[in-house]
Amino acid sequence: MNIDKLYEQLKSIQEPRGYFFNSDKPFVLGLLESLAANKDRYGYMACPCRLSSGDRDLDKDIVCPCVYREADVREFGSCYCGLYVSDKWNEGKMPHVYVPERRPPEKNFF
Amino acid sequence: MAENNVRIYALSTCSHCKATKKFLSECQVTYDIIDVDLLDGDERRAILEDVKKINPRCSFPTIKIGDKVIVGYKEQEIKEALGLP
Repeated sequence: MNIDKLYEQLKSIQEPRGYFFNSDKPFVLGLLESLAANKDRYGYMACPCRLSSGDRDLDKDIVCPCVYREADVREFGSCYCGLYVSDKWNEGKMPHVYVPERRPPEKNFF
Repeated sequence: MAENNVRIYALSTCSHCKATKKFLSECQVTYDIIDVDLLDGDERRAILEDVKKINPRCSFPTIKIGDKVIVGYKEQEIKEALGLP
């Protein structure tokens, strides 16, 4: 998978929805490589920062973009991984804080 | 603090885990890395039980420094647990 192409593709889809890539591009490219690695090993882009079960159905809430992104970006300006952020977050108009795990713990035990 | 027993439960793909590993290396601390996503079967189950005991949310990174547990890449908390200025 061509990571630079993936970067441009996702950027053009997600920005109009109000989700911007972290301005730290090397950091983003690293995460996109991790998503591609998860696509290769699991068959879907499981969140790089959460333990995947390997079962798409069990992991449907953490297929990137995860279902927790909206609430996390609204509350913290960043998704759990730091891949997608708000424009304010990128412009330094809000603090960059640790985003706690929003996923219910029981979903981690498979 | 003498030789620390420092262990990071991580995921090989996780950005915060990578940042924590880098930070621990910069602090010149010897530490164990357990990339849970690279384990499978009984070994993975056993390690997850260990993680659950110290971090019921089972999120990553989970960092154990002596008897202290830090969840997430929190530089200041890690430094304090390592006894670094």
